[in-house]
Amino acid sequence: MLVHTALGRAEQVARHWAASGCPVVIHVDKSVPKKTHDSFVAALSDLPDVKFCARHRCEWGTWGIVAGSQSASELMLEKFPQVRHVYLASGSCLPLRPVQELIDYLTDRPRTDFIESATTADVPWTVGGLDRERFTLRFPFSWKKRRYLFDRYVNFQRKIGYRRRIPRGIVPHMGSQWWCLTRQTLSAILQDPERETYDRYFRKVWIPDESYFQTLARQYSTNIESRSLTLSKFDFQGKPHIFYDDHLQLLRRSDCFVARKIWPHADRLYQVFLTDAAGAMKRTEPNPGKIDRIFAKAVERRTRGRPGLYMQSRFPNYGWENGMTSGPYSVFQGFSDLFEDFEPWLAKATGARVHGHLFAPKRVEFAGGEAVMNGALSDSAPIRDYVPAAFLTNLVWSTRGERQCFQMAPRDAQDIAQFIAKDPNAQISVISGAWSVPLFKSNRNFADIRKEAAKLQKIENDFLDIMRSPNTKARVRIWTMAEFIEAPMEPLQTIIDEIGHRALRRLSEVPKMADLTGFGQFLQNLKNQGMHPYLMGDFPVTRDTGQQPGNPRKPYLVK
Amino acid sequence: MGVWQSYRLRLKRRRWRIRAFRKRREMRALASRTSRIKPGDILLFCTLRNEHIRLPYFLKYYREMGVNHFLFVDNGSTDGSGDYLAQQEDCSVWHTDASYKKSRFGVDWLNWLQMRYAHGHWCLTVDPDEFLVYPFCDTRPLRALTDWLDASSIKSFAAMLLDMYPKGRIDEQPYRMGQDPIEIANWFDAGNYVISKNHNFGNLWIQGGPRARVFFPDKPAKAPALNKIPLVKWHRSYVYASSTHMLLPRGLNLVYDEWGGEKASGVLLHSKFLDTFAVKAAEELTRNQHYSASVEYKAYAASLQDNPELWCKWSEKYINWRQLEILGLMSKGNWA
Repeated sequence: MLVHTALGRAEQVARHWAASGCPVVIHVDKSVPKKTHDSFVAALSDLPDVKFCARHRCEWGTWGIVAGSQSASELMLEKFPQVRHVYLASGSCLPLRPVQELIDYLTDRPRTDFIESATTADVPWTVGGLDRERFTLRFPFSWKKRRYLFDRYVNFQRKIGYRRRIPRGIVPHMGSQWWCLTRQTLSAILQDPERETYDRYFRKVWIPDESYFQTLARQYSTNIESRSLTLSKFDFQGKPHIFYDDHLQLLRRSDCFVARKIWPHADRLYQVFLTDAAGAMKRTEPNPGKIDRIFAKAVERRTRGRPGLYMQSRFPNYGWENGMTSGPYSVFQGFSDLFEDFEPWLAKATGARVHGHLFAPKRVEFAGGEAVMNGALSDSAPIRDYVPAAFLTNLVWSTRGERQCFQMAPRDAQDIAQFIAKDPNAQISVISGAWSVPLFKSNRNFADIRKEAAKLQKIENDFLDIMRSPNTKARVRIWTMAEFIEAPMEPLQTIIDEIGHRALRRLSEVPKMADLTGFGQFLQNLKNQGMHPYLMGDFPVTRDTGQQPGNPRKPYLVK
Repeated sequence: MGVWQSYRLRLKRRRWRIRAFRKRREMRALASRTSRIKPGDILLFCTLRNEHIRLPYFLKYYREMGVNHFLFVDNGSTDGSGDYLAQQEDCSVWHTDASYKKSRFGVDWLNWLQMRYAHGHWCLTVDPDEFLVYPFCDTRPLRALTDWLDASSIKSFAAMLLDMYPKGRIDEQPYRMGQDPIEIANWFDAGNYVISKNHNFGNLWIQGGPRARVFFPDKPAKAPALNKIPLVKWHRSYVYASSTHMLLPRGLNLVYDEWGGEKASGVLLHSKFLDTFAVKAAEELTRNQHYSASVEYKAYAASLQDNPELWCKWSEKYINWRQLEILGLMSKGNWA
């Protein structure tokens, strides 16, 4: 057992092992003060089967831990000849199942070595990009205390192409440092005539405690089972996850013999697993996968995060969002101008939440004219325009699970255009030039209309430029107005299908298109005034003059 | 960051440290039990003025969480706050009548106390109306968090300010001494926060919540900052730059992940909006001791007169930290 802190807990665990008839050899880190060490030794002096071995200084990633394990193993093999399996544990390991179960388990497998051992090429465990190089470079500087020198020296060696020679006959393997070896294998490693060579080599390997026994066991063992009996989960930085009181149920169902690492103040865990044999026995059905899932999720959360979330501890740089927004949404430009009842129709056809012009200049037009929306988003235009992208990401985040649709127009605040164009979650459909329909319908002086039309056309043109830029990742569809009214059902069907909330079926109901009688003439009038409307496509003046005057066109219906 | 900017920040930090050192004379110890602080203790620092009614619950909350020693600066209280705290066995209290504003809103005083007593300790800096919530706070004490932060080599822990408010008028339900204020003010805004990066100090600047929604609908840029870094493994060379919003050296402000991941973070439940608020707002307005000519309090006073209701249809009712984490206001990070 290797210990360095929380000696009180280590004592408890040592007693637990000893009480079940397992001899214990303890290695105490040399950096533990003498006084603490002595009182620890004294506290355990009543147990004849607990021995202390020579102390080494153990710093993470250095040779000391291996040296400690070696001394402890030698002492164990020498003092307790009856021992057949040696289990390497730490002071923060906690036996989960009764020790007798472990003894029985090992008795049934007298020749098996339990040691996780894999070649570096085959596992993705390593952190920091050092896998093969752990064995071919030198690491004289501490990673924890002298990181700068450590990194510099590694880079230097890479640059000059330095490579250490790996001793003949060994193939580097790595794995969990917590193993359980048979006397045969362990003594073969410790009494190897070449041990001097191996030790010298591994002294300068990085994190030798994860490779020394793992490599050498491959030399001698007849029967390796490459897994650790100790449940130990690592996070993305390669440090072990810690277990707390609230993991009790999880540990009970873990089916493992020993877990690490346990928080020293987790009183309940220690109480249940060390003193209350009945409580530990009372195991529910084992479900070791659950622990895996919980910790895998924690790593995922730390490295990938929740898509579309911007918050105090997740503020990704551009391009690293893993989803600029948390879900798909749709933007419609021109539809509500061309169709009179587009919003209610869309809501009915898709089941999505359909907002009005979210970026309208005066106030945010939330669905149903609400003043506040999910997440307590305010309809105040200044608040929205303060950071428009945050407004949109907040809305999409707060309505997760429900698709949002909203209208845009050249009359609206345009700052959001860049953002939605780059967002793969955005489905943007534009009927270009449709902004002219409200102007056409309005009862304003023609000079004003002309001015307004020129302004809106310019804004929409800029918008379309953004949408057509090569950086655009959104799903963009653009029709000119002339194109669209030729055959409106097809594009509508495509859009609705893509939103895809309802079962795919043909649209039975269509939105009512505005009456466009005289629209061609209206455009011609604009042209005559020197303002050339080009975004709506080719609208011949004759198109509606061909119709019977006084016979208003019927709402468009297509089957 | 360029050498020049780095050098300027260093100068700034030194200036603030000297300032804190000079301001130490403004404080007089009412009760100093700092000799009882043991290595590894978790310390809490707090400036207050006339908060007696809140203190019993405040102390209870943080004692149960595992704070070992409290260090208070009493800024001229007239309601007996100082004396009450001086009687507590785990509190050290300093009294000052000097200007809150001139001490940069209490930061200088606390910087001095931290320089003096917090070196090597985890230290929590909060106001009497702020209640820290962190992942697993219902099952794990604060020490579990600080141990984990230590093991992960993390030196500072973010907890944004979450404004809590009651349903109905703010003054409808009077607050009793010793009561959990979150019983009354148990609603919050879940998703209307905006974030920008302060490139000078490297911290995030968060605004929004009910204060932006109700008090600053026309000029959201003026809404108060909500980002806070209240829990820091203190070193005597650190300083808080502006309230607990940011620190120097600026590496401590990097409490957020920039590559898509989530770091662990908590929330400070801000129970400012109780019936005591109206009185306080009126007083602060006349004292004019708050940030940016008390612009915040002016806005409050104006809005509070006609409609002191912060609650809206989409307000969320507070349940526990897990709710906050699901809503994306805080994160477990890789703590599991």
